[in-house]
Amino acid sequence: MEYVLNAPPSRQELSLVTTTPSGASTAVRTTAVAARATDLTKVYGQGETQVVALDAVSVEFRQAEFTAIMGPSGSGKSTLMHCMAGLDTVSGGSARIGDTELTALNDKKLTRLRRDKIGFIFQAFNLLPTLNALENITLPMDIAGRKPDQAWLDTVVETVGLSGRLKHRPNQLSGGQQQRVAVARALAGRPEIMFADEPTGNLDSRSGAEVLGFLRNSVRELGQTVVMVTHDPVAASYADRVVFLADGRIVDEMYEPSADAVLDRMKRFDAKGRTS
Amino acid sequence: MFRTALRNVLAHKARLLMTVLAVLLGVAFVSGTLVFTNTISDAFQKSSQKGFDNVDVAIQPHTADRDREERRPGHAPKLSQHLLDQAGKVPGAASATGSVSGFAAVADKHGKLVGEGFNSTGANYYPGPGGKDARYPLKDGRAPQAAGEIALDAKTADRGGYKIGDTVRLSVDGPVLEKKLTGVFTTDDGNVSAGGSLALFDTATAQKLYATPGEFGEIDVKAAPGTSQAALKTAIDKILPRDAEATTGKQLADDQATMIAQGMDGMKTGMLVFAGISLFVGIFIIANTFTMLVSQRTKELALMRAVGASRRQVTRSVLLEALVVGAVAAVTGLLAGIGIGAGLRSLLNGAGATVPDGPLVITPGTVVTSLVVGIVVTMLAAWLPGRRAAKIPPVAAMNSVHAVATTRSLVVRNTIGALLSGTGIAAVLAATGMKDGKTVLGIGAGLLLIGVFVLTPLLSRPLIAAAAPVLNLFGISGKLARQNAVRNPRRTAATASALMIGLTLITGLTVIAGSVQQAIDKMATSAIKADYVVSMASHTPLSPEVAKKLASAPGVTASSPLRMSASRIDGDHESLTGVDGKSIKELTKLDFTAGSFDGLTAGKAVVDESTAKSHGWKLGSTVDATFEDGKHGKITVSGIYKGNELMRGIMVDTTTLAPHQSVVNDQQVMVKTKAGTGASAKDSLSKALGDNPAIQIQDKKDISNDIAKAISLMLNMLYGLLGMAVIVAVLGVVNTLAMSVFERSQEIGMLRAIGLDRKGIKRMVRLESLVISLFGGVLGVGLGVFFGWAAGELIGKSLGTYEMVLPWGRIAVFLLIAALVGVLAALWPARRAAKLNMLAAIKAE
Repeated sequence: MEYVLNAPPSRQELSLVTTTPSGASTAVRTTAVAARATDLTKVYGQGETQVVALDAVSVEFRQAEFTAIMGPSGSGKSTLMHCMAGLDTVSGGSARIGDTELTALNDKKLTRLRRDKIGFIFQAFNLLPTLNALENITLPMDIAGRKPDQAWLDTVVETVGLSGRLKHRPNQLSGGQQQRVAVARALAGRPEIMFADEPTGNLDSRSGAEVLGFLRNSVRELGQTVVMVTHDPVAASYADRVVFLADGRIVDEMYEPSADAVLDRMKRFDAKGRTS
Repeated sequence: MFRTALRNVLAHKARLLMTVLAVLLGVAFVSGTLVFTNTISDAFQKSSQKGFDNVDVAIQPHTADRDREERRPGHAPKLSQHLLDQAGKVPGAASATGSVSGFAAVADKHGKLVGEGFNSTGANYYPGPGGKDARYPLKDGRAPQAAGEIALDAKTADRGGYKIGDTVRLSVDGPVLEKKLTGVFTTDDGNVSAGGSLALFDTATAQKLYATPGEFGEIDVKAAPGTSQAALKTAIDKILPRDAEATTGKQLADDQATMIAQGMDGMKTGMLVFAGISLFVGIFIIANTFTMLVSQRTKELALMRAVGASRRQVTRSVLLEALVVGAVAAVTGLLAGIGIGAGLRSLLNGAGATVPDGPLVITPGTVVTSLVVGIVVTMLAAWLPGRRAAKIPPVAAMNSVHAVATTRSLVVRNTIGALLSGTGIAAVLAATGMKDGKTVLGIGAGLLLIGVFVLTPLLSRPLIAAAAPVLNLFGISGKLARQNAVRNPRRTAATASALMIGLTLITGLTVIAGSVQQAIDKMATSAIKADYVVSMASHTPLSPEVAKKLASAPGVTASSPLRMSASRIDGDHESLTGVDGKSIKELTKLDFTAGSFDGLTAGKAVVDESTAKSHGWKLGSTVDATFEDGKHGKITVSGIYKGNELMRGIMVDTTTLAPHQSVVNDQQVMVKTKAGTGASAKDSLSKALGDNPAIQIQDKKDISNDIAKAISLMLNMLYGLLGMAVIVAVLGVVNTLAMSVFERSQEIGMLRAIGLDRKGIKRMVRLESLVISLFGGVLGVGLGVFFGWAAGELIGKSLGTYEMVLPWGRIAVFLLIAALVGVLAALWPARRAAKLNMLAAIKAE
């Protein structure tokens, strides 16, 4: 299974080598960019029914950073994530994961990129009911036909607190546990970047807080890069940085957000939405 | 209610497509069968009726065995010239025609037989008052008038490439006859319109060939204008001798029509049985589809319950949907069936089997049967899912979460299945030990088949798990395919069962046919020492000339006819077989339990064991026999042998029969040559018989080939008919896969998102299909072999050389077909799965 893309291993190695799962609470910050959108445009439909979902968006997602994308419904936040994650095609501009230009890849190469470099967490968990928790976690590696790195796998499983439940089927797990399996699945392949689409949407607040905690830990302790789409200010407050989207454009950015600050910012959208 | 049902049908068009196709195929099979058989039998009836246009009253020898004690055994009464003359003079009679007929094989210019052996007839041209025979209007030339002349029907003359003045080679009972073609005629004769040949001789020649001079086989009387058939019959009845009877032409036509209808009925029933199997298989698919539709619409149905629909109304709405689907499928199936009926007829015509022309017959019965069958089958299959739909609680509509139907426990089902299978196996095993276990075997087989079907969900897990090592070679796709296949055991079971039924029957029949063929083969080759067996291609008797010629042919070391002669012994009719007492032991290999062929001379007989036992004969017993001329004689039993399917009964030396036979009939002649078998020996025998196309010279290999050909022809027909059930099963697999793909679109979307490429998705669906199909295939082949073995145990009781032969090659082919079914059925669902819009699938909740 020769990997065709020329991803520079140095940056990845850097972040992984310098981060240790020993519980050190110091996050290793590098300025390397894990993903970058440049003038990214996405248009749905044609003619009269044409909808511009993304209007020349340029944004960077830095390594070992937890970024939340926020915005009102229809702002294009999900579309941005789908385009960056190689799930959707792009109408114009460029989307890069590391040094790889997604717009230049065909379906086969995109699939491989998603498999090897990207981790996904969905709102609806999306676990396979026929596989047990451990099998679900190692699914991406099984697809690639790779042996999972056992030490890393143990770390991930321990981090999300699933050690005792690995042989359970999804329907024997609670929603929070299922989403933790999904987080572990995304982490297990040591992706260059993880995308989470409303990961707490189907969870109660306690389970949601747990999952968000794991996402933050994976950034702070394991040096992972996470991009999360959410409309929940509390969820966004777990991130290092919040990017606000409205009408397909990036309108604001906030570092070290608090739930209140995010809520205030969001309220302004609502007000604007009502007045306009 | 009806509107909702109709809307639902329209909304699920695509998903109902396979159901419609399955019902459609079954109905098309039924209506095709009905249309075809009705059309053919109608055409045959019309054409045979035409043949009776010239007959108002027919006088035939009385065939009923009214006074068998007085009659000579085996004598067929004939009608005299005197009776013919009298019949023509009866008041109300316009003319009387005498006819004799029999077998006459006509060779074409290259020496090949024209038409099939069995419908090649010869008859007499009987010039009426105007010097013409109204039955056979001449198209060309003139009627045969002398022994060296002949007329042929136009089709035969055409096929043989003969023109007026040519010399035609033909054969009646062995020796080749060469006659000059003087006329070509047209005829309505049913045999000819069905592809046979008809040769006409002058009356005297025909009488010499088929009867005795001055005798006729039938006398047809035409009524004078104004005389009714009934009146003429009454007049003729008065002049009839005791061993003749008169029948009106109408009665004859009716009788023949009934006979044709009866003949077609057998075929019709046979084909309908297979149509029934297809429909039965279709039931699984329909039930599967409706179960799926109901579970998909759980919320919708619950909403209907919540707003006040009663349980019964919910069931009814599902049944109404089934009604609409069934009606659509039945109507299109009927139309397709009519097409099939028409197509089959032209196919038969194209294949050379001439079917008389006639309109396509579509009776109201056909239409009603087809529609009712299609609708009833669909509604029957949808009944259970409909009941299940009614059980959905109204609260399911309110649940935001998927109200996933809890999988009901399989305990009850497994218990019933185990009971049925156990009883079935016990019955089948018990039947193999019985003397006449056919019924018990049938019931047992039925129970076992149903039992296994009920148990299929239980069997699916271990059997499919057994395939894991192979599937794991395909990585994650294989693993997921295996797990998906056992995810819904009921659905997998129903899908696999559909395939299982067809393959069970196919395998069982193959095992039996192959074993029987081998058994007969073994018997034929072990009982016969002769190098060649000579017989008529039509299986009609041979002239004694043939035996005589063969005995003196160069290179022949031993030969013996098998000469049949009727006789009565101890009041029972027994057939005596005349053989050459000196040569027969060179030609056959029979196990003697007492005595031997040695000393089989005049007045001696060898008898098979069971005949000897039934009469209480022992070696040296003296038997009083009445020969076919009515004279008595004594025969001494000089040997008792073990009989088999080919050689059995009482064998005597031909000299014992000679004084009593006026007409000699040989069934076949066995020959041993110096050179043994080989092309040159066969050629020299053929030459000795004048290269006669009507005579076949077969060595043992030819005989076994003949048997093999007959059996494989039968098998191929059965394969064709059962193939329909397999096609319906394929639709079932397609249906199940399409439903699975639809149900799991979210999963498939996720798999695509986390990196399984299109190829992997396709492979996953294909492997699932393969696993389900092979599961059905393995079950079917297993059951088929078991039934084949059990049936063989019964057959073995009457067929001594029977031994089960497992057709490994065929079994491999059947499993390969099952695999092919899986791959083919997955084509479309796999493509769909791979093309699934990932984003839509992930977002869909």
